[in-house]
Amino acid sequence: MSETLVITGAQLIGAKSADIVVENGVISEIGTGLGRAGARVIDADGLVALPGLVDLHTHLREPGYEASETILTGTKAAAAGGFTAVFAMPNTSPVADTAGVVEQELALGEAAGYATVQPIGAVTLGQKGERLAELGAMATSRAKVRVFSDDGFCVFDPLIMRRALEYVKSFDGVIAQHAQDPRLTEGAQMNEGTVSAELGLAGWPAVAEESIIARDVLLAEHVGSRLHVCHLSTAGSVDIIRWAKKRGIAVTAEVTPHHLLLTDELVRGYDARFKVNPPLRRQEDVLAVREGLADGTIDIVATDHAPHPSENKACEWQAAANGMVGLESALRVVHQSMVQTGLLGWADIARVMSATPARIGRLSGHGAPLEVGSPAHITLYDPSVEGVFGESDLHGRSVNSPYLGRALPGRVEHTVHAGVVTVAGGAVVQELDA
Amino acid sequence: MRHLLDTRNLDRATALRILDIAEDMADTQSREVKKLPTLRGKTVVNLFFEDSTRTRISFEAAAKRLSADVINFAAKGSSVSKGESLKDTAQTLEAIGADAVVIRHPASGAPQTLATSGWISAGVVNAGDGTHEHPTQALLDAFTIRKRRFGADSRGRDLAGLHVVIVGDVLHSRVARSNVWLLATLGADVTLVAPPTLVPQNVSLWPARVVYDLDEALEQSPDAVMMLRIQLERMNAAYFPTEREYSRRWGLDALRVAALPEGSIVMHPGPMNRGLEISSEAADSPRSTVLEQVTNGVSIRMAVLYLLLAGERDDERGGDL
Repeated sequence: MSETLVITGAQLIGAKSADIVVENGVISEIGTGLGRAGARVIDADGLVALPGLVDLHTHLREPGYEASETILTGTKAAAAGGFTAVFAMPNTSPVADTAGVVEQELALGEAAGYATVQPIGAVTLGQKGERLAELGAMATSRAKVRVFSDDGFCVFDPLIMRRALEYVKSFDGVIAQHAQDPRLTEGAQMNEGTVSAELGLAGWPAVAEESIIARDVLLAEHVGSRLHVCHLSTAGSVDIIRWAKKRGIAVTAEVTPHHLLLTDELVRGYDARFKVNPPLRRQEDVLAVREGLADGTIDIVATDHAPHPSENKACEWQAAANGMVGLESALRVVHQSMVQTGLLGWADIARVMSATPARIGRLSGHGAPLEVGSPAHITLYDPSVEGVFGESDLHGRSVNSPYLGRALPGRVEHTVHAGVVTVAGGAVVQELDA
Repeated sequence: MRHLLDTRNLDRATALRILDIAEDMADTQSREVKKLPTLRGKTVVNLFFEDSTRTRISFEAAAKRLSADVINFAAKGSSVSKGESLKDTAQTLEAIGADAVVIRHPASGAPQTLATSGWISAGVVNAGDGTHEHPTQALLDAFTIRKRRFGADSRGRDLAGLHVVIVGDVLHSRVARSNVWLLATLGADVTLVAPPTLVPQNVSLWPARVVYDLDEALEQSPDAVMMLRIQLERMNAAYFPTEREYSRRWGLDALRVAALPEGSIVMHPGPMNRGLEISSEAADSPRSTVLEQVTNGVSIRMAVLYLLLAGERDDERGGDL
């Protein structure tokens, strides 16, 4: 299957540096002074060894929008960012609302080999918010879908939302809600506040997110179901989730790297690379979501990697598409916003970017601590370097990154997916050995 | 001056320079032959993605009186409506050899995108972008206030100590935004009057006071009352209940205009909705500067095109003129 690897001198979480031996895609030994005849040796001196990162929120665009990204190019971007598993959002064409589409995505991911692709199914047919998709068929398909989302659209009808939350209980599923009241955000272009007032761009008010989250946690409590809140972005949303968790409601929440770092001040130049949904918020919101992630109110970081071709960004703000690519930069941005600020340590990073997203998505074989017997999904990260993020750091098909030209710490040196080296010495391996 | 994109970033010295040059331009317009040779050989493109005959002909008159060649590109109903991008349009104008592009666009920020994209080397003048800014309108309004106040003694003066009340749909008004910034830069006190639904949700950083009651604002004896145009479709989006209610509460009717102190002026950027935001008594009174604003608009736009196109270009944002 895969070659034998000896990773030497890696900094394991909560332990001294150690050598890791990988055989047949599994960690077979951890210790010091290890070796195997004929093994490939990876020098990990000074590198932090993390369980392979898991992204609960990725847009891979295939099928249908291959000009923006494909499952192959998107998983190369994932590997470059240290991810070994990505959950693919269903807003493809056709929409991933049937067993056929999710099985196709799974197969394309397996063929690519750069990361495990776990499809997310649409909640409603065509993501139209009107009739439930065949959630059970997707759950029992080969893709074993457990996360359902109409991401990009809010499941706005409260009755449909209630039914979806109830229905997925039969297979331990979860509804991942894109919390956005569509009436309060008609024509919205950016966060509603002092900057939108000045720029004359229609506002996307925080209350449009918070009111849906408040409704949904109450619905989840009422029917006893699991709710996951996508890309939470405001201070008020953090308060609502904190309240809901205190009440014992089964809610989990994610924040994106960009909402941990960037603010709506960046919109002033009308550069559409900074146009995203939910929009970049105020500095107060950035600090609140950081605090929420640090105290466990927010469970995970997820990228919302959203590739777009250049013509959809090189235009007037109002005409531009929402979204940013984020897989390649995620760990570095979280390093800067959470680790360098002292809010999280590397054990926490392993939790919020690997173990918990895998657990929320019920993805077995991912997110496990690096121990003997665990599948060999490993990310080796150099926290000591810093560099200016550039287009050469991007490995997907699109370059709509808000970080181009910005100094970011760290570098993903090696990524190992199921025992196969997908990134070596910071470069994506072009022909996998598998 | 490289571009004129907004008044938010226009400093006092530059603003006064534009106003003073506009005085010179206005002087030439009382001559029998109004045309100056200043911009001979320069090409000015009026790139209008939105219908606005008034603004377009004002810029056209300004450019022609400076002897520039004028190309009117009404992007509405052209290849643009068939999906051509702003980038392709800009590159086409670059290939034609435009020296200045006067752009009117329904999207806020489109002139800045055009100016900073690298698609075109021409100077860019914002002739109104979405609900963002309309800098030449604010400049002509400031010019009009100054002229009425100081007459032939206007040159070099700012608007320190003057009180301007702006009434109407501030939320959707590029005219209001440009006026707030420019009037504050020139030292005027600004009061905004509007229904709470038509003020941006957070204007705490604006150099202006907001009141909801027009009569309360008018009691402060303003030097100028500027009425903004109300678009009737706003009613359908629940910004206010009916035209009649709007007119009663925020319209400048005959009684209100009669109560204004001596010397206060009534302004409107046009086109007016008579009987809605402004009564005919107000619009036609000697206080009204509506037609002076149109005349002064040509002088201001001549001054802006002159500063953009005559002589050497300097840095991005004006600076040394």
